[in-house]
Amino acid sequence: MTAQASYIALGYWDVAASALFLFLAGVLTVVLKLGMARSLAMTAARMVAQLLAIGFVLKFIFSATNGWVTLAAAAVMTVFAAREVLNRQERRLAGWWRFGLGPSAMILTGALALIYALTLLLQPDPWYSPRYALPLFGMILGNSMNGVSLGLNEITRAIVREKAAIEARLLLGMTRWEALRPFAARALRTGMTPIMNAMAASGVISLPGMMTGQILSGVPPVEAVKYQLLIMFLIGGVVGLGVLAAVFASIGRLTDCRHRLRPDRLAD
Amino acid sequence: MLRTENLARPWLEPVNIRLPEGRIGVVMGRSGSGKTLLARAVVDLDPNGGEVWWKDVRRGAVPAPEWRRLVGYVPAESGWWADRVGEHFADGADVPELLEAVAMPADALEWPVSRLSSGERQRLALARALAARPEVLILDEPTSALDEATKECVEALLLRKRGEGMTLLVITHDPGQAERLGDVFWRIEKGRVEEAS
Repeated sequence: MTAQASYIALGYWDVAASALFLFLAGVLTVVLKLGMARSLAMTAARMVAQLLAIGFVLKFIFSATNGWVTLAAAAVMTVFAAREVLNRQERRLAGWWRFGLGPSAMILTGALALIYALTLLLQPDPWYSPRYALPLFGMILGNSMNGVSLGLNEITRAIVREKAAIEARLLLGMTRWEALRPFAARALRTGMTPIMNAMAASGVISLPGMMTGQILSGVPPVEAVKYQLLIMFLIGGVVGLGVLAAVFASIGRLTDCRHRLRPDRLAD
Repeated sequence: MLRTENLARPWLEPVNIRLPEGRIGVVMGRSGSGKTLLARAVVDLDPNGGEVWWKDVRRGAVPAPEWRRLVGYVPAESGWWADRVGEHFADGADVPELLEAVAMPADALEWPVSRLSSGERQRLALARALAARPEVLILDEPTSALDEATKECVEALLLRKRGEGMTLLVITHDPGQAERLGDVFWRIEKGRVEEAS
C-alpha cells in the first residue's frame, strides 16, 4: 500500500487480500454442503472480470476526452439499461412500443438531467468530459432503470389482473385517467420506493457509495456530501419524472380514446 | 328507445335491436353464445363497429364516459378497487334505500370487500350502478348467485325501476325470470341475435 497525495492507492495484493472473508464464506458453504460455492466463485470471478474490463475501458475513454467517444459509451450503457427494463416486465407492450415507451422515458429524462447538471451545475471543461459525464449518467441510469421497470411492471400488471375493477370505474362514467388513478398512484409509489428509501436512509442508516468513495479518496466530508446531495436530487428527479412518463404513457397506450382498456396491445 | 344499428365485433354478427323506453328487454342464450359481448359492445367497453342510439343521443357523438352514465352495465362478475364497500359508492341520498332494496343492511357500507360473498357482491354492484342513476341499465345474470328469496327481492326492485321509467336489458339463463321480467325478448346463438317471443 502506498500513500499518495490525497488517497491511499491500493496494490493488487491488497485487493486480493480483501477477498479473504468472501473466501472464508465460500469454504464454509463447502463444509456445510450448501451447494453454493461454485455459484459464489463464478459470481465473484465475473465481478472481477467486469470491473477490471470497465476500469481499462474507462481509462481509454478518459484519456480520449472526445465527445463522440463519451456519447458512444453512454449509448452502450443505455442499450444495456433498456434491455434490463424489458427483461423485468411480466407483460410487455406488443410491437415497437416495448422498446419505445419505458426505455424512452428513462433515456429522455436521464439525458436531460445529465446535460442540465453538466452544463449548468458542475460545468467541467469540456462539459462532456467523460470523467464527470459517465459516472453521473451511470448512477442516474441505474436508478432510473429500477424505477421505470418497477413502475411499468406494476401498471401493466394492474391493467391485466384488475381489469374488472378498472372497468367497474369506467362503467360509473369515469374517464380512463380517473379510472386508472389509484392504479397509477400505486405504480408510481412502487417505482419511487427504492429511491425514496435510499434518500431516507442516506446519512443515517447508510453512507452512500459515491460519498464513501470520495471520502476515501481524500475529499473533505462536507464537499463529498455536497456531491452526494447533488446526485441524489438528480436521481430522485429523474426517477420521479421517468416513472411518471412511463406510467402515463403506458396508460395512454393500453387504453383508447373511447376510454376502453386495451390489454390486446400487450404481447402474448 | 335503445336502438342498435349493425352493432358488431368479432364473434358477434351485426345486431339490430329496438328496446322501447321504460321496458325490460331480455336476452337469452347458452354460455358462450355472445350475450356478454353484446352487453359490452352496447356500453362500448371493447372495440366494435356499428352504432347505438339512446333516444336522440348517438353513442359515437358523445364521449364514452358520458354514454356510460346514460347507459349503465352491471357485469356478471363485479369489480372492486378499494378495501371498504362504501368507498365504491358516490355520495347519494338514495344509497341506504338502494341497499335496503337489495336486502343488504345499511352498515354494509362499512364492510370490507374481502368479506363479501358472491351474492352480496352481486347485489351491491347492482345498488352501486343504480346509485349512479343511469337511464338504461344492462344487467348480466343479475341473480345468478342469489337464493330464491333475494332473487325475488332483486326482481321486485327491477320491476319497480321499470315502473319509474327506467329501461332495462337483462341477460339471463333463467326462463322463469325472463317470463317474470321481460317485455321484449331476444335469443342469441353463436353470436347471432334474433327476436324471440
